[in-house]
Amino acid sequence: MSTATTDLDLIHLKHRADRLFTRKRLLGFGLPALVLAYLAYIFFAFDMPGLAARANWDNGRTLVADSYSYKTHVTRDNRSGAVSVAVEGERKGTWPDGQAPDWVDLGETTVIDLENGHIVRFGPKTVEYDIPGYGTLRATPSRSRGVVTELPPGEVPDWINQSKNRITVTTEAGRLTVTRNRSEVFRYFTGWELFWFTLDSPYHGLSPAELARRAANGEAWAIWHGFWNNTMWRHGDVAWAIGETILMAFLGTFGAAIIALPLAFLAARNFNPLAPVRFAVRRVFDFVRGVDALIWTVVLARAFGPGPLTGALAILVTDSGTFGKIFSEALENVDAKQIEGVQSTGANAAQRYRFGVIPQITPVLLSQVLYFLESNTRSATIIGAITGGGIGLLLTQAIITQKDWEEVAYYILLIVLMVMLMDWLSGWLRARLIRGGSDKPRKTRDASRRDAFLLP
Amino acid sequence: MTDLTAGQDDLTRIREDYTALTQRKRVYGGILLILFVSLMAAGFHTADDRNAGGFVDGWRRILDYPAEVLTEALEKSAQLPAHLVHFLPALVETLNIAAAATLLGTLGGTVLALLSTRGLAYWPRLIPLFRRIADICRAVPEIVIALVLIFVLGGGPVPAMIAIAIHTAGALGKLFSEVAENVSLKPVEGLESTGANWAQRMYLGVIPQVGPNFVSYALLRFEINIRASAILGFVGAGGIGYELRNAMSWGQGRYDEAAAIFILLFVTIVAVDQLSDRLRARLTHGARAGATT
Repeated sequence: MSTATTDLDLIHLKHRADRLFTRKRLLGFGLPALVLAYLAYIFFAFDMPGLAARANWDNGRTLVADSYSYKTHVTRDNRSGAVSVAVEGERKGTWPDGQAPDWVDLGETTVIDLENGHIVRFGPKTVEYDIPGYGTLRATPSRSRGVVTELPPGEVPDWINQSKNRITVTTEAGRLTVTRNRSEVFRYFTGWELFWFTLDSPYHGLSPAELARRAANGEAWAIWHGFWNNTMWRHGDVAWAIGETILMAFLGTFGAAIIALPLAFLAARNFNPLAPVRFAVRRVFDFVRGVDALIWTVVLARAFGPGPLTGALAILVTDSGTFGKIFSEALENVDAKQIEGVQSTGANAAQRYRFGVIPQITPVLLSQVLYFLESNTRSATIIGAITGGGIGLLLTQAIITQKDWEEVAYYILLIVLMVMLMDWLSGWLRARLIRGGSDKPRKTRDASRRDAFLLP
Repeated sequence: MTDLTAGQDDLTRIREDYTALTQRKRVYGGILLILFVSLMAAGFHTADDRNAGGFVDGWRRILDYPAEVLTEALEKSAQLPAHLVHFLPALVETLNIAAAATLLGTLGGTVLALLSTRGLAYWPRLIPLFRRIADICRAVPEIVIALVLIFVLGGGPVPAMIAIAIHTAGALGKLFSEVAENVSLKPVEGLESTGANWAQRMYLGVIPQVGPNFVSYALLRFEINIRASAILGFVGAGGIGYELRNAMSWGQGRYDEAAAIFILLFVTIVAVDQLSDRLRARLTHGARAGATT
């Protein structure tokens, strides 16, 4: 009898164990399978197979090459015979008349040294290009017959591209293009061109040691002025833009905290006995949070026009909803004993709040606000791109031109540094303001869990 | 007698010290407050100066645009359901971008976190490297990567997905690593003794311990990513944000469409918020119940 029951129990137990295993196995294989199936659906829903066709890899190559290198154009107008040298072909980077870098020798015949034996000569009539291992190539532009070329004997290599009115030669040293109207040579250099000083500045091309010597001789201000007002890189404007972005984040975050704090008292159960008011305030928080920053930005931009104020207000409005929710939750978790203790000393209502409530919620509040300050720096970059303010605007403008990729790289670098700096600053302030005051860390396990909720 | 006076001396000294301390604190606090208020005021003034429209002026016009949109939407309220249906695919695309990016970001973040946690890392010496990678991924705003990728890959959901996924991987990598630091190493050692390789140790020994926490963070991230994907749509990467920009730039005459998009976006965000709130509460409570029993 007893054995029978144990047998039954055993069978029952085994069944249960089997069921558990089956369920675990299903979960173990089913979940990854589900994820894979979803990703497969995404693969086709986003038309990934067609992506290769749509992608423009030339753009990608230009982008990458341009972000760490630049080219200098040497151009000869074939009608007037004038030769000009310009960085990236831009007016702002053009060398003054009659001047050129040392690898260009201006004269009746302009000789351009592309290094490693590659030499281009702009003659009065004919352009010559000595290519090591291939020979000398001659091209003569003429008004009536287009561009007449003379190549070394043999097959035409695929890096020479010629037609009636144009010849393009691309070698590892640079690029030569000859058309009827002009002959042009590109020489590539690594680095960001004219980053420190433009060509019209007297300090262009000086070594750091020489600059330091001149700075010591009382030219420091002039040197700084030359750098700050660099017309190519506009360091001053960029610094302003970064300042604007941080300003948006600062005003938005702290403004939101200031507005949210009193409202949070209205939404907290232990501070406001009126349930309808509580409900209403909470729904306002939910509404403001639910109407996304994007919509607020669009709506506010209509009223206030483009600029940093609009961005700051958009952050302020969105975050006051979030802060209200967080703050009211923090207030509901306040320890009543501390308030009673303060009350027992005969404190009035204001003193009870000041000494019973505020010290309890300050660490949570401050750490939340500082977390948001960092994340809002990122949001301000994005909102700036939409409303037109700060570094976000400069970045979108630089990307829209589709050629200043070195500037895009510079802005991206600055944005990353800015966000990391704000991250560090907010962490440092948190440590100073919250843990620095008291001996033992106030942050309990619970508090850290709450922090996680807010990670923006 | 002498003892008593000494005690009183002590007491007065302590009281003086305490008063001095509180006064110093009050002065510091006051200075900090003044500094903060003046910073806010100066900052506000600067922002107001550099804005196209002023604050006072704009304040009066703040309701103009919503009013315009609402009146037009009400006039054409019969078409609203049709618009809602019309923009549903765009909304699904936005949600898909967010979901796929969250999934990929969670996978990436998990790998980053495991590689940068002491005791679990495959290459313990490279922990700082992986931490820096996560930091950089986290610091890059989505819009930067999205805009660059739109230039190369063309407009559409893929650049936005990649951009959000990279940021998500960085953000979750940091949080996950904090969770993984508290993991019990016993299962990992047990698995190691059976000859399990690193991937098996992580998948069978660590992931089950941190799973609920990871999923709860990932859900939170999903909420954030829906907002991000809507914004990225606005700058050119498909989805509902793109439709919103089109409707907006058309201006009057298509405000009913803008209103429909506003409604869709609002309802989606609120619904996902609520849903993920519930799910997260269940995940954390479930985990706690499992731990105690």
